[in-house]
Amino acid sequence: MSVALRRALLAVVGLVFLLPIVAMVEFTLRSPSGTGYGLDHWAAILDPERERSYRNLFEGVGNSLTLAVLTAALVLVLLVPTMVLVSLRYPRLMRVLEFVCIVPITVPAIVLVVGLAPVYGVVVRVAGGGTWTLALAYGVTVLPFAFRALQTDLSASNLGTLTEAARTLGASWPRVLTTVIVPTLRRGILAATFITVAVVLGEYTIASLLNRVNLQTALVQVSRSDPYAAVIFALLALLFAFTLLLLIGRVGTARAAGVPTAAPADPAASASALAAAAPPPSPTTSSKAAR
Amino acid sequence: MTSSSPVVPADRADRADRADPTSPRGAGASVELRSVVKQYAGHTALNGIDLTLRPGELVAVLGPSGCGKTTALRALAGLERVTAGSILVDGVDVVDVPTHRRDVGMVFQSYSLFPHLTVRQNVEFGLRMRGVDRRGRAARSGEALDLVGLSALGERYAHQLSGGQQQRVALARALVTRPRVLLLDEPLSALDAKVRVQLRDEIRRIQHELDITTMFVTHDQEEALAIADRVAVMRDGRIEQVGTPESLYSAPQTEFVAQFVGVSNRVPGDVVGGLARVAGAELPVVGAPADGPVWVLVRPENIALADTGVAGVVEAVMFLGPVCRSTVRLANGTVLQVQHRVEERRPAGTAVHLRFEAGAVAVLPRD
Repeated sequence: MSVALRRALLAVVGLVFLLPIVAMVEFTLRSPSGTGYGLDHWAAILDPERERSYRNLFEGVGNSLTLAVLTAALVLVLLVPTMVLVSLRYPRLMRVLEFVCIVPITVPAIVLVVGLAPVYGVVVRVAGGGTWTLALAYGVTVLPFAFRALQTDLSASNLGTLTEAARTLGASWPRVLTTVIVPTLRRGILAATFITVAVVLGEYTIASLLNRVNLQTALVQVSRSDPYAAVIFALLALLFAFTLLLLIGRVGTARAAGVPTAAPADPAASASALAAAAPPPSPTTSSKAAR
Repeated sequence: MTSSSPVVPADRADRADRADPTSPRGAGASVELRSVVKQYAGHTALNGIDLTLRPGELVAVLGPSGCGKTTALRALAGLERVTAGSILVDGVDVVDVPTHRRDVGMVFQSYSLFPHLTVRQNVEFGLRMRGVDRRGRAARSGEALDLVGLSALGERYAHQLSGGQQQRVALARALVTRPRVLLLDEPLSALDAKVRVQLRDEIRRIQHELDITTMFVTHDQEEALAIADRVAVMRDGRIEQVGTPESLYSAPQTEFVAQFVGVSNRVPGDVVGGLARVAGAELPVVGAPADGPVWVLVRPENIALADTGVAGVVEAVMFLGPVCRSTVRLANGTVLQVQHRVEERRPAGTAVHLRFEAGAVAVLPRD
């Protein structure tokens, strides 16, 4: 493929991604009077007098961030040791684990919710109806992304030999985990964390159907009364997801350049998962922005 | 199985002293594998092996792929739990001692440097695990890197080193704690031929300097013969023969050893009165076998091209650098490998005569 053709393709793809974002930015900059542009809508979000209007939105942001942290912790605490254990001790079970972890991506969210509804009946009785309990459901939905991110690093690193080398050098299992396994899988762990955060920030269906407030449900709600605020928050969420993507890329590049790893960088896998998980503008807000 | 106690002394100061790679010789331990059995599901990897390593000795464990040599080494390291038998280090059974307390240093076949650490940090890893302070670690890692000639590369990462350099760092890392036993699991097999010979000689030099008991696993017979004080040849989970390289080469006790260690011609003959009669020649025999039909094992370098002697026809000639090896078919159909000078090379199809040199030959019973 020639350089010119490559650049042309890149430009077309860039435009496809850029146009809706530019349209959203343009929408948020429209003056309330209907003529000209200004930062009035952006300033209004920070206006203390209008705090009540956006209370639900800020609550949604807070809930989503809490859920992101909880889900990431849940996934890492459960998935990393499991994958390491399976990889080192029971490599034949990796296929089974992969199947189990990938299954959630094949189940539509609505079906997942139908299954989760009775489960949450029990969860509410045991742990209360706090929004944080959504982290349990999100832990399942992010499994495919987190698994892939970790699997890339795991399969490319010679973890078995590294672990054995550490053992012969006098490291106990806890020290092997902290001084060898986690640093070796650092890139995969970071990618899994970032992707988890992005997926959780973009989740709408489960929260809506289980009647919880998170960023996306709050966006839809606020878009009915203030579409500008909804688009602004959607843009900020996109920016946040984009920053995470850049961070993943930087981690990969840093490793390739200075801090080595046996794992080749796999930005494509991370990027595609992150792009898929990035919170899109809700249907309501995007349609209004396009008008 | 006898009860076991940790091989590693609890006192860290003692350990730190022993971690000095420049400390006097004599730190090597005696190692004894007694009737060690290792079974996986339906497969016996080690079938009751017995092997003793004397303090400071380098024993090469030689055998084809799947013979159990790496399993034996891993059992000694504690990376494989044995099914039966005992492993004694300085007379103490270590079968129940976990790997990280066995006080062994190990170099693996595949590169095993920690990718997130520099060369120096890699070498210091074992000292960190033993609680050696920063100054002590710096001094000892420096000495260990000096030992392998890589003190200038301390701040590099593994991916910035060649394969040979990585294995030398792995060797320094394994030695810096001054373990009582050094285990080398085919450490040269991933390297190119020239580097392999250089590193092999270096391992031997360092092992001599430190007088450390060493088990060296390899499938390369040349490597085993060149480096080892003694060689243990393994086959199907058993040890076929243990001996000095010279004794293995000149007096193999089984056909497998004869074929695996060097190239050997197996010729039918008879022992009569302490001499082997083969193809019209009478040759002195290793040992004192009974009279009767035997297989006579003759090395290619013990057969020479001559003007008179056993007649044959050259079938093929292989150029090996300083020498050539010709395949000669005798009139009775026996095919022999003959090693000779390059100038004596004859083209395929040439009629030649062979003379058996006077060196003692090994014989095996022939039914």
